[in-house]
Amino acid sequence: MNDRQFEALHEAVRAEPVEFDGLHAAYDPDSGDEESAYRLATPDGEWADLSESEFRERAESNPWYVSNWYFWERHLDGRSPARRAFLRRLEAADHHTVEERYEALSGGAEAVGESDATGAEPAGMVTEWGQLRIVATLGADGTRLYHLRHHADADAPLTDLDVHTDPLDARRLTKFDDRGRYRPLKTAPSLPTGWAFTDLRAGDLLSAMDAIYPATVENWYREEAGDLDVTHWSETAERQTGIYGIIDELDREGVEWIAESCCVDSQCLKRREWQFAEGDELSADGGTGVFPCREPCSLVVAAARKWTTLEREEEREYTFHLTPSEKEQIEEIVDSVAEGEVDDIREADVYEGANRYRARFLRAKRMDDHGNLGGVPTEPDDHEEHHEDEHADHEDDEDDHDAGDDHGEDDHDAGDDHDEGDDAHETHDADASDDQ
Amino acid sequence: MSQALVIVAHGSHLNPDSSAPTHDHADTIRAVGGFDEVQTGFWKEEPSLREVLRTVESDEVFVVPLFVSEGYFTEQVIPRELRLDGWDVSDWDSDGLSADHVTLTATDVDGKRVHYCGPVGTHESMTDVIVRRAETITEDPEVGEGFGLAVVGHGTERNENSAKAIYYHADRIAEMDRFEEVQALFMDEEPEVDDVTDYFESEDVVVVPLFIADGFHTQEDIPEDMGLTDDYRTGYDVPAEVDGHRIWYAGAVGTEGLMADVILERAVEAGADVGDAVERVRERTRRTGTDAGASGAAGD
Repeated sequence: MNDRQFEALHEAVRAEPVEFDGLHAAYDPDSGDEESAYRLATPDGEWADLSESEFRERAESNPWYVSNWYFWERHLDGRSPARRAFLRRLEAADHHTVEERYEALSGGAEAVGESDATGAEPAGMVTEWGQLRIVATLGADGTRLYHLRHHADADAPLTDLDVHTDPLDARRLTKFDDRGRYRPLKTAPSLPTGWAFTDLRAGDLLSAMDAIYPATVENWYREEAGDLDVTHWSETAERQTGIYGIIDELDREGVEWIAESCCVDSQCLKRREWQFAEGDELSADGGTGVFPCREPCSLVVAAARKWTTLEREEEREYTFHLTPSEKEQIEEIVDSVAEGEVDDIREADVYEGANRYRARFLRAKRMDDHGNLGGVPTEPDDHEEHHEDEHADHEDDEDDHDAGDDHGEDDHDAGDDHDEGDDAHETHDADASDDQ
Repeated sequence: MSQALVIVAHGSHLNPDSSAPTHDHADTIRAVGGFDEVQTGFWKEEPSLREVLRTVESDEVFVVPLFVSEGYFTEQVIPRELRLDGWDVSDWDSDGLSADHVTLTATDVDGKRVHYCGPVGTHESMTDVIVRRAETITEDPEVGEGFGLAVVGHGTERNENSAKAIYYHADRIAEMDRFEEVQALFMDEEPEVDDVTDYFESEDVVVVPLFIADGFHTQEDIPEDMGLTDDYRTGYDVPAEVDGHRIWYAGAVGTEGLMADVILERAVEAGADVGDAVERVRERTRRTGTDAGASGAAGD
């Protein structure tokens, strides 16, 4: 506790009684005696009929309660209920006394946050939020200081990390994944590693959260309060205009496939709460994230547009000749791409269907000069089949300039896939390469 | 009453540079003060337009669209996604260039007043940003004498407002009598930017695209269309020699620091009290060209 904090408490108590986190303080001007008009109580005791100087003495002997009150009621004055609730959660304030929290925040006791604090520096109370590890600690006079890093870096010494203090740096730090790929979806499980923020004050922590996981605090809070406003697929689809106006054509099964392919933990850390429609739940797994997804995101909408156009096509029968292993190889290639595992396949591991050499062999054997599988043209009467250049297709429609025009077209016609998660896949051990 | 500025922009799923100007201008405005908070919201990025208002703590919210013209986004998408109550485009009573601001509430947030402003691109101070962009790219604060200036727009037959904004600024710059010649050009309609050298007698021509961010159009299409380079991936020179002219290609005007001034002006006209922030932004963004070089390669 410092003088400013006591003065603030004194001023507050002269206006009305203070009751906060176990601190009770009151001033009774009608007692007729200034020498005994103050009262102070904490879980440790109660002191009544105090003069102003005795009141100060009692406050000084209970400094944690005063500085705690000051932090929440003065330092955070004007903060939204959502942000306040998030900061309370970071020290499990609704489950622990001020004393327990101060000890844990100081690293002096077993951390009592969301997960255990072993190996974390500095010691404090730990919360995991998506892929973030947030450690709440105590600074001077009860000021909270927060530390932020990727949870995969939990045990990394600070000297091994790129340390920042300006929360706005978080934007740049998290824009690309560890492989240098742009992350259009902030909650994709591809948060890059290797950085840390230290000694962030509450406002700066919240700014960093805004940059890393925008609106997750607000949506989590609304859900906690029981009033998360979920907008289901059908309503989202009907709302769309311009190039996205077609997505309400997609049938329920197509929406199931979207949820299954895009909205699972391996692709996005939000927990999908939207369904096909109110009371019409999708069967796909919505995930286990701490923060909810309250409506289909722009990536899902953009992808849905592409799938809507693809789903308009009628099925046809094509005849190809493949060996059993070739059939399985095609299945493995699809699976490896879908799981984002292509880059994990070792150069010489020709036992993997999606190995580059294996794929090139299949192409050399089974595809003609026009890229037709088995020499079978896509269109029956087209022997000069021109394969659409996907990249050019993206470019034609991607509207990465300011689309301030009225033609209802904006982005390209298919959101690219969410970044795959960066889960390190075990390389299998059937390495049959012939080392010399 | 606390007040927030919310800059709303397009963003991109594919181009990491798309949102850069939005963040840069937000940072400039944060640095000079004037608002209790500055947030950004995007159509394609996060926080989304649907959720940006709930991230704001202030009671008074000034929403400024970082778009170049009035139309589909400013009239339909943004008001719909922000859930502005009772939005009606006629409230702007605009001729395609004169949307200023309207005060509404939003169903997404209780108890906040949302001042929804017209886009930056049609504000009169945008003219000064185009000129500043010419100064930046030539590294000459006095640039004008002996120089032609082209303002380039996307152009589209379906939205006349898109072209209106281009002609509006080109006309205003012409009235300054500062450049030898001023010409509006378009990517998709006549007069076309491909023929830029046909429209100028001056040997030196500054070309400023009225786009918010650098991307496919400004870094690939336009440089190749004008003949600055055969392949955008190899970049282009500033200036570049084309048909006996020196083309000083400026890249997207939206990346110019002075854009922050236009955003502020929109908010001030809608009633924001920003103290001396406008003057401070103008001072702060007056660069001398040291970091004005253009790199042709936009990446993929």
